[in-house]
Amino acid sequence: MEKYHLRDMLPIIEEYEKKAGSLIPILHEVQKKLGYLPKEVQEFIAEELGIPYSQVYSVVTFYSFFTMEPKGDYTISVCTGTACHVKGADELTEELKDRLNVEEGGTSDDGKFTFNTKRCVGACSKAPIVMVGDDVYGKVQTEELEDILNRY
Amino acid sequence: MTRREILICSGTGCLSAGAEEIEDKLMDELWKHELEDKYPVTRAIKRTGCMGPCNLGPMIIIRPEDTFYGNLEPSDVETIVEEHLLKDRVVRNLLIEDDGHKVEEFQKLDFIQGQKKIVMRNSGDIDPSSLEDYLENDGYMAARKAITDMEREEIIEEIKESGLRGRGGAGFPTGLKWEFTAREDEDEKYVVCNGDEGDPGAFMDRSVLEGDPHSIIEGMMIAGYAVGANKGYIYVRAEYPLAIRNLQKAIRDAESEGYLGENLFNTQFDFNVELRVGAGAFVCGEETALLSSIEGKQGRPKYRPPYPAQSGLWDQPTVINNVETFANIPIIIEKGSEWFDDIGTEGSSGTKVFAVAGDVGNTGLVEAEMGTTIEEMIDIAGGVAGGKDFKAVQIGGPAGGTIPEEHIDLPIDYDSLEEAGTIMGSGGFIVLDEDTCMVDVAKFFLDFTQEESCGKCPPCRLGTKRMLDILDKITKGEGESEDLETLEELAETVQNTSFCGLGQASPNPVLSTLRFFREEYEAHVNEKECPTGTCKALVEAFYIDEEACVTCGKCTEVCPVDAISSGDESYSIDPDTCISCGECAQVCPVEAISEGDNE
Repeated sequence: MEKYHLRDMLPIIEEYEKKAGSLIPILHEVQKKLGYLPKEVQEFIAEELGIPYSQVYSVVTFYSFFTMEPKGDYTISVCTGTACHVKGADELTEELKDRLNVEEGGTSDDGKFTFNTKRCVGACSKAPIVMVGDDVYGKVQTEELEDILNRY
Repeated sequence: MTRREILICSGTGCLSAGAEEIEDKLMDELWKHELEDKYPVTRAIKRTGCMGPCNLGPMIIIRPEDTFYGNLEPSDVETIVEEHLLKDRVVRNLLIEDDGHKVEEFQKLDFIQGQKKIVMRNSGDIDPSSLEDYLENDGYMAARKAITDMEREEIIEEIKESGLRGRGGAGFPTGLKWEFTAREDEDEKYVVCNGDEGDPGAFMDRSVLEGDPHSIIEGMMIAGYAVGANKGYIYVRAEYPLAIRNLQKAIRDAESEGYLGENLFNTQFDFNVELRVGAGAFVCGEETALLSSIEGKQGRPKYRPPYPAQSGLWDQPTVINNVETFANIPIIIEKGSEWFDDIGTEGSSGTKVFAVAGDVGNTGLVEAEMGTTIEEMIDIAGGVAGGKDFKAVQIGGPAGGTIPEEHIDLPIDYDSLEEAGTIMGSGGFIVLDEDTCMVDVAKFFLDFTQEESCGKCPPCRLGTKRMLDILDKITKGEGESEDLETLEELAETVQNTSFCGLGQASPNPVLSTLRFFREEYEAHVNEKECPTGTCKALVEAFYIDEEACVTCGKCTEVCPVDAISSGDESYSIDPDTCISCGECAQVCPVEAISEGDNE
């Protein structure tokens, strides 16, 4: 994970602070830069804008686009629909958790993959399904996971 | 050799189908054949916004002939350049077919002929990143006319006379809205464009923003002049990166060429536009929530009145209209209210753009005159797909309702739709064929609104959750006889007591399916049967007809749960293991497998 300095946020804050309603555009830009919005950065933004931290926090948690957890470069997900379930989606889930050393929703140490599960993606005849970003992989066997991960 | 122009659709749909690859290949081919003099790449290849028939993408139009090629593969480009551009011969095998005959010209496609393009007049025709292109198509002429030649009251009168109603869903008369704001005696007023198009399946606002961004700026400018506002905000959801990019460029270009800024058209009128990007909250499509979001707060709705027209953004009078509404403004000013009022029906003038999806031949954007019937719309979209029977159409997204076959001749206008228990909404138009389970459809939309409820008021937060629980129970075969009444009672309570439009409209999909398809709910509850076989929990196990089975073994290969075992004469399915997915029945070459008991 790239380390950041709070002062790096200053140019972004300065660019927007004079505009009315600048908080959301600032949060967008900061998240673009860091990939997420850690607590201390939120506190820093609140201080610089002269508004309570609670206001920044309330906005960050209200909008689904903002995240307080660092996300990986790619999101990898396993479908947990019925057909995938019986075709071994659980095994894929366990294998991925092991390989990436994460729990569901977590991100691998190298910051590359965020892992989660999703509801039926409607490709049941190709079960089980693994998705990386928008790429769909069908009939995935546990031994193929390494190959898939290596493509990214 | 004819001097030609090649239009390539670069809307989001076509880009995901590979439009960029087609464009690259086209450039390569032009270079290869040393056609760069005749076809200077910057001039001859034009990236346009959405052309409409999204399922035919990637697509190009060659002008001046208007030849249309769709569903292109990169390998087709070579043929088009060699045959069409070099030898003036239309490549017939790449033409699109309508009812078995090849159609050469884009305008002659059935899909295009039934439409009337007002809002989408420039989309798919001009390069949205070019101000020059917009100007060549009479761009900013209406704003010039309004600002230099017309009185403020005259403009408002003109919009009122035109009969234009808000295209965001509720259909409030636009001119009246403007008049309320114009009457307020305040120095600071705002014009806001609502581009937070969040309904699943709706993408017309996105296409207008992507394909014709200057028309929105122009419409907002006219509104600003008419009501006395000098500042506009366009709020676009974060999920529309291309629309954001094209708008940013349009605003920059308009500023540098003097179409935004101070002393517009050498008058005293100043107008600026700022783009604001949403952050993933469906409720922000509600106008007061959207204004809160621009102010940098949580997007939670506020109590009305006061309406934004009197007290909106930063408590100042604010005109807030939808994208499609603003796109209508310049052309009304240009051609006059009478011209516009003549289009459409008595109470609903003009056109409406629909995002047509579901079980139809052609999915995409259809702009039709108000009053076009549901049947005509489906015809324009190429009829029900796969020769299936029509069952219903879902109009208006999660706030709308479902209209069954017996109302297929219903004209689509604000009032007729309301009478039928749905709303125009943002313009989603999802065609459902005979295989669709209406309980499942209702559940899908409720699942969506329940998830997107902002949580401010209990009827919406808890009521939608309870309704969803009941639907979930019903689709799992655990429904009880009193469930339908409870569902209706809850729906009415949520409708009557929710704080904002999101909650108030959320029971519509349930209520309208209960109204028209009650027997389907009853089948789920009483007989524990899903008539269309959609609700998997209610579908019975499959069985193999021993007489017909040829023991080829295909079924065992596809069965995801290994429920099929082999025998000497016939294979058999273990009903306890079977999940009724139907894969085996689909692959069986002799149709020996069917659903239900083998008794």
